[in-house]
Amino acid sequence: MPAKRTLFEKIWDAHLVAQPSGRSPIIYIDLHLVHEVTSPQAFDGLRVAGRKVRQPSRTVATVDHNIPTEPRGTPITDLIAAKQIAALQANCKEFGVRLFDMDSPEQGIVHVIGPELGLTRPGMTIVCGDSHTSTHGAFGALAFGIGTSEVEHVLATQCLAQQTPKTMKIDVRGRLGEGVTAKDLALGIIGQIGTDGATGHVIEYAGDAVRGLSMEGRMTLCNMSIEAGARAGMVAPDEKTFAYVKGKRFAPRDGEWGMAVEYWRGLPTDEGARFDKVVEMDAAQLCPFVTWGTNPGMVAPVTGRVPEPGSLRESDQRATELALQYMGLEPGKRIEEIGVDRVFIGSCTNSRIEDLRAAAQVAKGYHVSATVRAMVVPGSQAIKRAAELEGLHRIFLDAGFEWRESGCSMCLGMNPDILQPGERCASTSNRNFEGRQGRGGRTHLVSPMMAAAAAIAGHFTDIRDWKFR
Amino acid sequence: MKAFRTHRGRVAPLDRINVDTDQIIPKQFLKRVERTGFGQFLFYDWRFAADGKKKDSGFVLDEPRYEGAGVLIAGKNFGCGSSREHAVWALADFGFRAVISSSFADIFANNSAKNGFLAVRLSESEVAELMRRAHEVNDYQVTVDLEQCEVRDDQGFRAKFSIDEFVRHCLLNGLDDIGLTLQHEVEIAAYEELHPAPATL
Ligand code: SF4
Repeated sequence: MPAKRTLFEKIWDAHLVAQPSGRSPIIYIDLHLVHEVTSPQAFDGLRVAGRKVRQPSRTVATVDHNIPTEPRGTPITDLIAAKQIAALQANCKEFGVRLFDMDSPEQGIVHVIGPELGLTRPGMTIVCGDSHTSTHGAFGALAFGIGTSEVEHVLATQCLAQQTPKTMKIDVRGRLGEGVTAKDLALGIIGQIGTDGATGHVIEYAGDAVRGLSMEGRMTLCNMSIEAGARAGMVAPDEKTFAYVKGKRFAPRDGEWGMAVEYWRGLPTDEGARFDKVVEMDAAQLCPFVTWGTNPGMVAPVTGRVPEPGSLRESDQRATELALQYMGLEPGKRIEEIGVDRVFIGSCTNSRIEDLRAAAQVAKGYHVSATVRAMVVPGSQAIKRAAELEGLHRIFLDAGFEWRESGCSMCLGMNPDILQPGERCASTSNRNFEGRQGRGGRTHLVSPMMAAAAAIAGHFTDIRDWKFR
Repeated sequence: MKAFRTHRGRVAPLDRINVDTDQIIPKQFLKRVERTGFGQFLFYDWRFAADGKKKDSGFVLDEPRYEGAGVLIAGKNFGCGSSREHAVWALADFGFRAVISSSFADIFANNSAKNGFLAVRLSESEVAELMRRAHEVNDYQVTVDLEQCEVRDDQGFRAKFSIDEFVRHCLLNGLDDIGLTLQHEVEIAAYEELHPAPATL
């Protein structure tokens, strides 16, 4: 009988090109996504060495990180950002790489457009010079972030030499309660295992709660894998996955579709396959979460309080004190009493149509608090169009939210969308690191519904008690 | 790539855990299209006030006693977060050749290895001991020896570390790993023959 293998092992084995003795295995990369920030030095490296892009047809680029979210056509006032964007345009032209440029109807955050265009498919190996590449694992692909040297390596060889990661299964039993989303599941997991809980591992999310998630929800969950330190996160493909991929622009068609689905059906982890680590969780224990500190593991239930450093393990005390100092929070403060100045709904974690629908449902019939500035930034042009077709933009605009063009925006504030020092933000993004959204800015990570509710209430509030209008 | 065999240098202690790459090099400096010149922006928000002046608070790297340090020692999970290789470029450009911690984020460790920069993993107690010595001993120096896989000082500290054999080999010899992969051209081409890029891509 053949050995029982995990989803990860099946994909890994299928992509092994060579296993030189005494060296890391060399794996083949099916899809390489490229953006403006982590690629210029890689293309330079190719030029210096006189190398070409080995597989331009497996390489796709877009601009997302530092483009403005003002109406397209507004000139980019940040000259260094403009130079970086121009560099990507020139590099794509020189090396024959397809670019979904700023004015393209397909432009969007790299991890949003991959799935949307059907570039992301089960069983693939996908890399990008960006840590949130883990998002694509939602399709049962092996997708992970790499640095610029590795970007150059993949451009030149379409391969990567990688140490074999370990495997970890996170099994979430039961169902998520009302108002508890994939984001809360992700924050709950990181809160439990810590920001380095999965270092060196590829996570497979399993269990009824994960199966019950939509593709959007699975993307949110896999997206945050890196915040637990994981190399990648993945969910086994199923009927939902196939239904999502079917008919997408670059998805297989006709006879190829049937063959592809047949192959994909064989990918899920074999019954009885072994993982290096297994974590079990109960979905019923989860609730809407809010981060209070400066990493995504510093998280509390919305009904909870900011922790008292004295009550924590000694090793965590100093980090907690520093975090609370930065965040301007007193120990013991009730989370629902924390007021916000800004709200950001967007990022590759939570900017898909389902996220916008959920936030709009909360916002409908209400108005953003007078002391709050709130913005909604769709993940891609396609999402923006879809949302406008459904009239979601009307709901947001009527409620006093800004409705902007697609991009990373205030997730990392490389463009002009940033927090001012001391400003407090409820954000649907993935990192609450010091200064991430702007120097001195204070980020609290939440789900789209929780963010919309905070915008209206002016402070965090339990979405489970929300009166929908 | 620059080879790494052994480095003796002054040690600067950064007594924090979970130092993320957003702190090592903040995003406003990622717009450069070169690999060089990032050292001046290392730990920028911790070292400089919003107006660009050095903070008075005295960040450890700005203390005269740690000037010219070649080895950084930091708490666990160093380099977590963003994949930005700029973090390694900034550390190296600032003058560091190695960083010692009890654990590193995966992508940071990979990026280090590609730049002749050594990420050394020691136990938590060894890191704590080095941290203590760096705080207490003036001009505290260690030797980071990749040939022997050990860190040692002149006061009797000696700790072995382990590192992936292939990574070690590349670092010791300063090997360009694109070149190494391309030695497998036959296998890559054979793989591509069996798995052609889909026409739709
Ligand atoms: S939205 Fe944020 S996390 Fe996602 S790719 Fe952009 S900057 Fe990175």
